[in-house]
Amino acid sequence: MKLQKATELALYSILEFAANPTAQVSAAEIAEKYGVSPHHLAKVLRDLGRAGLVESTRGVGGGYRFTGNAKRLTLFDVIELFEALAPEAASQHLPTPGERALARVTSEIDEIAKATFSSITVDTMLKLIAREERAERDLAVARA
Amino acid sequence: MNAADPTPAPQAAVRAVEAADLDGIIALDAAITGIEKPDYWYELLHRYGTRGRQQRFFLVAVADGEVVGYVIGEVRDWEFGQPPCGWVFGIGVQPGTRLRGLGTQLLDAICAGFRRAGVTKVRTLTSRENNLILSFFRSQGMMAAPFIPLELDLQ
Repeated sequence: MKLQKATELALYSILEFAANPTAQVSAAEIAEKYGVSPHHLAKVLRDLGRAGLVESTRGVGGGYRFTGNAKRLTLFDVIELFEALAPEAASQHLPTPGERALARVTSEIDEIAKATFSSITVDTMLKLIAREERAERDLAVARA
Repeated sequence: MNAADPTPAPQAAVRAVEAADLDGIIALDAAITGIEKPDYWYELLHRYGTRGRQQRFFLVAVADGEVVGYVIGEVRDWEFGQPPCGWVFGIGVQPGTRLRGLGTQLLDAICAGFRRAGVTKVRTLTSRENNLILSFFRSQGMMAAPFIPLELDLQ
């Protein structure tokens, strides 16, 4: 499944802030790292701020800080702020058997996606990222 | 989602189950699932709890003389067409001790047993609605296995 750009940005931002919980991370750093416009990112960060997941400090050395609980906040908690992942309307109300059958299959996929996103916390994602980083380092060493 | 993490767990020892642990396990499972099923647990003790088994594991975590957690699993050879691997069938900790590393301690212990039995992969199956246990296994680094569980209503 493909998440919207704003949702992906929100997830990347949360992970960047949560990886450095005591630091103030600037929006410009994140915008540059992920190649997005600061204007687009600012809107996403405003939404995260309204949800109580980040807070910002203005001025020199200012930036954003993660204010959620990394062990409790799931990917789904962030995703549902930006897009609807709720299952489609009940398939039994669709007019044809073909539509009802297809709705059952797509609903199965949606439920698996929701269960996956709901089971992965920010803390678990940070561990996954650390694993990817280790694998990248090991590969670099092996190639050297 | 913003609740503070609880305090660290009291020291728990993980060891093989003994018959005297069963009442505590039954009570613990009933506290978690809401269903008391003594026959099921006596059968599991019979099948998995006998010392000397090389491929079956039934372990308990004990703190201050009380059973505060359990884990059950076994090495299955060529199940679902796959090379031998460890399967975790059940894991539970006393609700008041969650998020204190007890589940990790139990999973580590059974994984050590699986490694001794010569396998290098561990698998499990959980309900996708059981977010608590699904999140636990995810936090341990488990990812989706290359299987799709299927079922059929028998008329």
